[in-house]
Amino acid sequence: MDSDVTAPPADGPDIRLDRVVKRFGETVAVDGLTVDIERGAFYALLGPSGCGKTTTLRMIGGFEDPTEGTVFLGGRNVTDLPPYKRDVNTVFQSYALFPHLDVQHNVAFGLERRKVGKNDVKKRVAEVLEMTQLTGYEKRKPAQMSGGQQQRVALARALVNRPKALLLDEPLGALDLRLRKQLQIELKRIQKEVGITFVHVTHDQEEAMTMADRIAVMNEGHIEQAGSATELYETPATEFVASFLGDCNLIDGDLRSRDGVVADFRTHDGAHLRVPSERIDPALNGSPVRVGVRPEKLTLLPADVPAPDGANVLRGRIEIASFLGTAIQYVVHTAGGEEFTAIEQNRLGGGVHSLGPGRDVLLAWDPAHSILVAKGGTHAGA
Amino acid sequence: MLRLSLRTRRSLFPYLLLGPGLLWLIVFYLIPILSQGYVSLQTGNIEQGYTFNWAFHVYSDALSEYGAQFARSFGYAAVATVLCLIISFPLAYYIAFKSRHKNILLLLIVLPFFTNYLVRTIAWQTILADDGWVVHFLQNVGLLSHDGRLLATRTAVIAGITYNFLPFMALPLYVSLEKIDRRLIEAATDLYASRATAFRKVTLPLALPGIFAGSLLTFIPAVGDFINAQFLGTSRQYMIGNVIQSKFLVIADYPTAAALSFVLMFVILAAVLLYARALGTRNLQDAAI
Repeated sequence: MDSDVTAPPADGPDIRLDRVVKRFGETVAVDGLTVDIERGAFYALLGPSGCGKTTTLRMIGGFEDPTEGTVFLGGRNVTDLPPYKRDVNTVFQSYALFPHLDVQHNVAFGLERRKVGKNDVKKRVAEVLEMTQLTGYEKRKPAQMSGGQQQRVALARALVNRPKALLLDEPLGALDLRLRKQLQIELKRIQKEVGITFVHVTHDQEEAMTMADRIAVMNEGHIEQAGSATELYETPATEFVASFLGDCNLIDGDLRSRDGVVADFRTHDGAHLRVPSERIDPALNGSPVRVGVRPEKLTLLPADVPAPDGANVLRGRIEIASFLGTAIQYVVHTAGGEEFTAIEQNRLGGGVHSLGPGRDVLLAWDPAHSILVAKGGTHAGA
Repeated sequence: MLRLSLRTRRSLFPYLLLGPGLLWLIVFYLIPILSQGYVSLQTGNIEQGYTFNWAFHVYSDALSEYGAQFARSFGYAAVATVLCLIISFPLAYYIAFKSRHKNILLLLIVLPFFTNYLVRTIAWQTILADDGWVVHFLQNVGLLSHDGRLLATRTAVIAGITYNFLPFMALPLYVSLEKIDRRLIEAATDLYASRATAFRKVTLPLALPGIFAGSLLTFIPAVGDFINAQFLGTSRQYMIGNVIQSKFLVIADYPTAAALSFVLMFVILAAVLLYARALGTRNLQDAAI
């Protein structure tokens, strides 16, 4: 163990991973990950499959030993402790309910191992079953329950132990969309109610944004960027984050000047775009960059209308206009050859009004909504 | 050709599937068993022939005369079954959870079946022979006195039964252990169970159907076995199977042989029911889900 590793103070973050590496043979699953998770946070580890998010969670739970680095829980170094000596509980992806035990005994399993008195076990199980709306199901076996009910049993079985942190490994992955939406809200409510730190692994960006206070976007074993959903969406630090969270239109070019409040960006086909200087990460110094803008930030104007003052403008031609009900989605072929997506709220009614396929248009947006990211998927520092 | 409605054909279909098996059981199980029941209540002798006269005393005579062999059969079979369980469980556990060469190891378990049962048992005569290495080794480490022997002892018969029936225990155990989802054991350790507690509270209950099936597959044929006692023991180790075999094939005392067979069958049935009750039929059903 490194000697310069310092445990966080007791009132500090609940979970700290310090330069954690996990290798499986030649494969590096987690590559020097450092993260602090605050007490009481709903923290999401978000990323595509194979990004190392589940391995990270399993190292917090104690199911995998880190190859390098240190894991702290509540200020205590637990790197070498087995799962049963860690004060965290896991809601497994497949729930892993004990098939030979009924709901009552599944939920009581952890308390019984900790030698909690019989009456206390009864009381606490009843409480948690009420919170998860499972009262009346005590005698059911897991095989006699629906997926959503099994999910709630798994949650109750973990929560009843009042752990320092609850680890959720794609807890809603096996459920259909409607049930998933409903349980997302329920999970969030329960987390607020119990105040326990939740660490939630998911590949579903919408799920992470709905539930989590903080999201860490993971890619290839490291964290690309961590922050609130708003921060990640409005000011992504990397191209990977920009395109993983929602849609993002991106265009290549060079930063010409970064003086003053607004930097000048020249696209590969010669158009000038303005980017707020505060958005420019100093670490980007000299590396190739791209400017991006979210589809809903774009305004479409007929080509013969003068562009609004101070706006970023690109020329293009509409290829597809689709009526989505609440909005109209355009696919625009820009002068530089990119395919931009624009979404306009259906405020006027009547579908694709005057802007149909084949029309030349201006794509305009407020420079403040410009995103500037390093080209390529990886973080500037990695 | 007879034309049947679709509904009639559909309702007949299950019987069509059951037919061959049912016919097999009637011809080769039900009829012989009834005929043996009939034989078991006859008196007479081989020269003058046997006559049916509701001779229930055949049963009481057989029981009182061969009580020792009955007790020995159940004793040997029980010990051998327990030994099989003790040897097979770690073996099956290793193959199911730890091994990368499952198929090779499973093949090794069934490999002895490629040799005839009789030949395998006679091979054990050589292994346990007085001048064999096993006896020499045990004498040298002091587990056997210098004139002590293995062949023609109770130990040899039980060892032979254990060896011959081991696969019947190991395979069902392997199947039930293999079915256990590893994440259940992770979940148990997540819920503060040590490895040992997780084994006791999760692995073992879920392996119960395998233990039950393996015990029956070992115990039932072992009780009726006569090959091991005949080749590895003496008349002092004879089991009830030896008695039935000689009554049927040597002495031709058919009623006694048939009566002994029936008694054996009913006692085994009773033992199995007791065993299922002890393990808990509910547990067996639930774990099998």
